[in-house]
Amino acid sequence: MSEIIESVKNLSIGFNSQKGKQISILRNVSTNIKKGETVGIVGESGSGKSTLALAMMGYIKQGLFPLKGECLFKSEDLLKMSSRQLEKIRGRKIAMIPQNAGQALTPNLKIGYQIDEALRLHTDLNKTERDKKISELLNKVRLPSPETMAFRYPHELSGGQQQRVAVAMALAGKPDLLLLDEPTTGLDVTTQAHVLELLRFIAKDTGTSMIYVSHDLGAIAQVSDRIVVMYAGEIVLEGPARKILKEPIHPYTYGLLKSIPKLSLAGLPASMPGSQPQPGSINEGCSFYDRCNLATDHCKKNSPDLEHIKELDTNVRCFNHKELINQNNNLQTSITKKSNNSEAIEVLKLKDVSISYAKQKFFDQLLNKISDQNPTVKDINIDIKKGETIALVGESGSGKSTILKSIAGLLKTKDGQIKFENDRILSSDLKMRNPNDLRAIQLIFQNPDESLNPNHTVEQILSQPLKLYFNLSGEELKKNIIDLLKKVRLGEFYMSRYPRQLSGGEKQRVAVARAFAAKPDIILCDEVTSALDVSVQAAVLNLLQQLKEDLGTTYVFVSHDLAVVRAISDRVAVLYQGRLCEIGPSQNVYKFPSHPYTEVLLGAVLEPDPDIKPKLVAEDIVEEKPPEKGCSFQGRCPRKIGDICNLEVPPWQIGENGNAIRCHINIDELASLQQ
Amino acid sequence: MESNLITEDKQKNKLEKAFEILKTMASKPSGLIGLTIVLFHVILALISPYIAPYDYKAISPNTMLLAPSAEHWFGTDSLGRDVFTRTILGGRTALTVTFFGSLIALLWGGLLGIFCGLVGGKIDDVVMRVVDAFLSIPWILAMLLIVSLLGTSTEVLIPALGFFYGKGIVRVARAATHDVIAKDFIVSARARGHSNMSIIWNEIIPNVRDAILVEGAMRWSWMLLGFSSLSFLGFGVSPPTPDWGLMISNARGLMSFAYWSVIAPIVGLSSLIIGINLTADAFAKALGIDRSTKAPV
Repeated sequence: MSEIIESVKNLSIGFNSQKGKQISILRNVSTNIKKGETVGIVGESGSGKSTLALAMMGYIKQGLFPLKGECLFKSEDLLKMSSRQLEKIRGRKIAMIPQNAGQALTPNLKIGYQIDEALRLHTDLNKTERDKKISELLNKVRLPSPETMAFRYPHELSGGQQQRVAVAMALAGKPDLLLLDEPTTGLDVTTQAHVLELLRFIAKDTGTSMIYVSHDLGAIAQVSDRIVVMYAGEIVLEGPARKILKEPIHPYTYGLLKSIPKLSLAGLPASMPGSQPQPGSINEGCSFYDRCNLATDHCKKNSPDLEHIKELDTNVRCFNHKELINQNNNLQTSITKKSNNSEAIEVLKLKDVSISYAKQKFFDQLLNKISDQNPTVKDINIDIKKGETIALVGESGSGKSTILKSIAGLLKTKDGQIKFENDRILSSDLKMRNPNDLRAIQLIFQNPDESLNPNHTVEQILSQPLKLYFNLSGEELKKNIIDLLKKVRLGEFYMSRYPRQLSGGEKQRVAVARAFAAKPDIILCDEVTSALDVSVQAAVLNLLQQLKEDLGTTYVFVSHDLAVVRAISDRVAVLYQGRLCEIGPSQNVYKFPSHPYTEVLLGAVLEPDPDIKPKLVAEDIVEEKPPEKGCSFQGRCPRKIGDICNLEVPPWQIGENGNAIRCHINIDELASLQQ
Repeated sequence: MESNLITEDKQKNKLEKAFEILKTMASKPSGLIGLTIVLFHVILALISPYIAPYDYKAISPNTMLLAPSAEHWFGTDSLGRDVFTRTILGGRTALTVTFFGSLIALLWGGLLGIFCGLVGGKIDDVVMRVVDAFLSIPWILAMLLIVSLLGTSTEVLIPALGFFYGKGIVRVARAATHDVIAKDFIVSARARGHSNMSIIWNEIIPNVRDAILVEGAMRWSWMLLGFSSLSFLGFGVSPPTPDWGLMISNARGLMSFAYWSVIAPIVGLSSLIIGINLTADAFAKALGIDRSTKAPV
């Protein structure tokens, strides 16, 4: 057995509430980190995973304090050290890679200087040695042309490159332990896969131990040797990654894994009921009691201890884990959804839509000339049928949200038409639309914290559209609000609540209810689940599907997450740089042959399964602007065939599955290449 | 279904909320001191006509420049008037004028700021440049001009002060609106097709109200200083009405041998300004707005 680097013993961390009560955020956490091992700490927001990780480098957030226990780094207690002593350890022995490298790097200093600073602090090298080391480090994190990279400023790098620089800085002091707090969360799918691959390589190459904190089991599965699952401030399951992911013997982990949409599965993931208890609200019994389907009366009264199971080398905090083992073979299930009939009429047509963010020059404006020859979004043709869910997929900068805004009338189109019901042209200017058209198209936003007015009660929020479109008031208004809340499975008592009193999932339900209040024909969903925890995400997806089946609403669903899209959508349109690459029924888009960009995206999806590794077929370059001529994907395409890709816009080809692909390579050839 | 565990924080009515804010303000020493001072001054202004021991305008050559004594607590001034009487009465006009002046400043400054923040574009540009132009005029000169043209009655002073002190509020309201309109709930209201008026009223005002109110409270203390400066220059309250600024102005020449007649109004004025400042700070903190008070006087 290898050496233990850091060990946490019976650690509890908490704060004093305003009423003078002691509330713990971490409860009795014990775990060991071995040399060269990568430990993934996974949990939903509020589970205490970040608090634990920060305590492991001797840092405790303001307002919190350790109640008991210790954090031993090489048999020294970090929590008892003075800040002087900690200074010597941080950076040299334990280094941290933050979530958002863009914010962690100083904007007005060059990359090379910032790495040099880390080297000066943590090593005894002289100037020439340090310069050599900088390019060595940049090389190690696989930045293209490391020599020129050192002279760039952080804003000149893409998000993925910034994250690599943060990794290089953390490696500068040759730490024994690397702490990573959600290091890939803000990144695009392909970039994320590349960064994870780099981290895994570095862990193997340098023998550094890593603590990887994330809410994303997909990412954790790719890097971790061992996984610690946190729930309500406790470790509920801990063991080798493969065992945890394949045979989770705690009902929470089991539910969590089931609620993640998977590429291999059509249909919606099962959702877990309820939400995580607030700190301080657990008095007795198991913290997962309320949400557990195995719970017995025994669980209500007694809280289970972490039990070691020898055969699986796993620690589990559950009385009934044996029952779960018996019924455990059905992780690969999903709820099948009703598909709509294909003969439905088209409600919304986008015809040759182009959108430009460029400001028109003064003279062009006078002459009414269009100056931007290379708009952000170009030639989008999509026909949306009544009652279907069409998904727009792509990485950031693909123009998916831009298109959505144009449909909503928030952004004027430069060219082309948006036709609504019976080919009536819908003005791209909000003020020119008639109230009924405004009612018919509603939006749901990504972040319910921002989309609900914090100073309005749920009742006020829901009454806005009801008053505006239907002129309701008094008892009738109230009855409608209660109906809406019932539709999104919230009780009547939510009416008097403010958004801050609701959990993330509840807020998003209110946002969904507000969209449905208008009795819309089309709902535009802009990344509606990406700000939510996985178990909540599954519940919201199920809710949206249920409402659609009941009310026959059409969804235009924008997302960067291919697995979520697979779960909810009937049809998928893949976008790159504001140009359509592929469009077709969702089960076919996820099959080959597909557009090379779809292939890249599909390869980069992280599945919560240690056996499915992402396939990195293209470089994770970020292109600022769409190319002026030829195929939009020419800059990154792994299957580029020659000059034709640079010069001519590829033709549409229809595959036998019914998905249309825009590529110069013959579709049959593409199929054989991708096999 | 998701259950929610936060049940203590039930919806409260407006009065309870206001009481809660006052309680939070008074929970810190600085807030408590500020509130006490302001309350003291307000009560004093209300009851002073009834408790004043002497007639404020009774001139008497026999009692000229008497030092503080049992009969005249704060002594007498150069015309033999009781300084204590004049001091406790001296805040009444200042408080009334500046209170209503601040309300006017809040109203026009706040609304214009919100409007500019929401519509943006060319209208915003033009309005803000005009506001900037006004900001560049030394307000005291402009005030002197207005007062010499229109007289020194309160009907002139209140709107004039309100106008000049509202300019700063325009900027604050506009900035606060800018923060809010980027949020999705405004985009959502726009996409639903609400009118600008409805968006301002329902979505923006509840979210910028706090910031504007705190700014208004701040402006009140500055305006008090401004009003007293006008009186000091002889353009505010006309004699023989008692007023701190006027009293300081009249007594300053005699400061070397009759210090009492100048100290009393100074203490009155500065304690009120400090009190309002402390209260505004505590108010901001109670509302969760972090704002350090730096009056550019």
